[in-house]
Amino acid sequence: MDSLDLLLGGLGDALTPTNLMWAAVGVLLGTFVGVLPGIGPAMAVALLLPVTFGLEPTQAFIMFAGIYYGGMYGGSTTSILLNTPGESSSVMTAIEGNKMAKRGRAAQALATAAIGSFIAGTIGTLLVVFFAPALADVAVKIGAPSYFAIMLLAIVLVTAVLGSSKLRGFIALFMGLTIGLVGLDLSTGQPRLNFGQSLLADRIDIVIVAVGIFALGEALWVAAHLRTSPLQVIPSGRPWLDKDDWRRSWKPWLRGTALGFPFGAIPAGGAETPTFLSYIVERKLAGKDSEFGQGAIEGVAGPEAANNASAAGTFVPLLALGLPVTATASIMLAALQGYGIQPGPQLMSSQPDLVWTLLASLLIGNTLLLVLNLPLAPLWARLLRTPRPYLYAGILFFASLGAYTVNQRPFDLFLLLVFGLVGFAMRRFGLPVLPLILGVILGPLMETKMREALSISDGDVSALVSEPLAVVVYVIIVVALLVTVFSRFFRRPVAADVDGTSGS
Amino acid sequence: MTVVVAYAPDRYGKAAVDFGLALAQRDGTNLVVVNATRGDAFVDPRYAQPDQLAELQTMLAASPVPSAVRQTMGADIADQVIGVLREVSGSLLVVGLRHRSPVGKMLMGSVAQRLLLDSPVPVLAVKPGQALPS
Repeated sequence: MDSLDLLLGGLGDALTPTNLMWAAVGVLLGTFVGVLPGIGPAMAVALLLPVTFGLEPTQAFIMFAGIYYGGMYGGSTTSILLNTPGESSSVMTAIEGNKMAKRGRAAQALATAAIGSFIAGTIGTLLVVFFAPALADVAVKIGAPSYFAIMLLAIVLVTAVLGSSKLRGFIALFMGLTIGLVGLDLSTGQPRLNFGQSLLADRIDIVIVAVGIFALGEALWVAAHLRTSPLQVIPSGRPWLDKDDWRRSWKPWLRGTALGFPFGAIPAGGAETPTFLSYIVERKLAGKDSEFGQGAIEGVAGPEAANNASAAGTFVPLLALGLPVTATASIMLAALQGYGIQPGPQLMSSQPDLVWTLLASLLIGNTLLLVLNLPLAPLWARLLRTPRPYLYAGILFFASLGAYTVNQRPFDLFLLLVFGLVGFAMRRFGLPVLPLILGVILGPLMETKMREALSISDGDVSALVSEPLAVVVYVIIVVALLVTVFSRFFRRPVAADVDGTSGS
Repeated sequence: MTVVVAYAPDRYGKAAVDFGLALAQRDGTNLVVVNATRGDAFVDPRYAQPDQLAELQTMLAASPVPSAVRQTMGADIADQVIGVLREVSGSLLVVGLRHRSPVGKMLMGSVAQRLLLDSPVPVLAVKPGQALPS
């Protein structure tokens, strides 16, 4: 197989001591932030973005991959031991996981989550290896109109289908699109929305938006809600599984993977839907007289696998189309742009080393995650005793340092504060963060594609529907919108409240 | 006349409650147990959780002394204890003492020391394993 050869080549490149070290650093940092509720992998990647500008792109991405998977896994620890899901994607794990822990089976719950994450992550990454190049081959042939349509699909689905309130989703989306407009027009060089301020003409750096919204916004929010009743962390020993647990876990792991990967790969990604579906499937399959409700291991194994498989799945649109579908993927895309690498269908052919090393490092990161985290689980739980003032002082320090490092100008610190206040207000009024970040990142890309299509057609708007693929995508958008509107009349949405504030 | 106990769910807290109960019974007064937290971390092992509270209540109920338990949250543990002490006009404060490393004291301070220095009433400092007053 062609892809396998390339992957083995990537493994060869990734397996240098330096790269392994960055992978280990990424996994540890990712788990660190994943364990702490409120600090998601998106925030961790945003904070570390400026730090990695000194690194080679490959090493930076190896670290990001580690942070991403580590953050996904770390969320399960808090869900199980504390019943406080760190990310919206571990909400389902908390239901059965915490009940298992209360019955004294915390070690088994942690183990099935870790091993399930490992298996799902590995299978998912291998699927990316096979799907992404194939999709990229097709994607290079896609014209600007279809590309525009696909990006529109991504932002509409993420905004309208996920999330509890469509109105709030669209408010956040349009705020993001507006922020994306600030600065010089990409094709004509005219200043837009810069209020006569020449410092804004350079366009607002995505790092500052992301760090402001995620890190500063969260820090202000926590400062406003500093004191809450402490919770009890359920003590757990070193995670392990006995024969019976293995027998009950392996099928949910595989089913969770099968559910999670496609949901991550389509532009309506996010791990919330597949984890929810996986939980429902396992409960149905287990039957009435099962342990569900009192801590069934299947209810932890399935959703955790789905969670990581969908994290892997998001790499398909990211690498093949340059299309991020989660907050973390958006920030990784920004990182790519920071290195002057143009994300998109050409990425696989123009930067094969980077892509294959990244995919190989996902596999390595996954293995490191299992090796490091099984023995360290009790230690991670102790992290939760850190008083918030210490924690957020550190976060604020890194946020300001990072925002300043991007362009080395004090004005960016002012912008950081503005976006921090925006982030705080968004949390206060329950606006989801993901549509805003997607808007900031995809807005300019969409604009470029649309202007490209319109300039080829000499301003004829019908050019936007001149390709069959574009028409199909517009039909899908309309159908998806109609379904979300009408499903409301038939049943109350049952999916867990997905606010996306922590991102995934 | 009220005995106030500064409590945390560990053996030092238990020793303090044991002494507080014995003294309150001897003097015929009532007992108020204070369990305080800064509430700024996700987990505080010295803040009693529901099952630990239930255990404490059973312990208190086994004695004829009228007693109450207060859980408080605020910026400073010692200030919260002294606040309750003033509120219930306590006449004696009982605290459990533990060994602290110099580094630990430098980093986190010592609640017991603050209480000894700032309490408006006499403080009884006890350690687990000491004989109870008859």
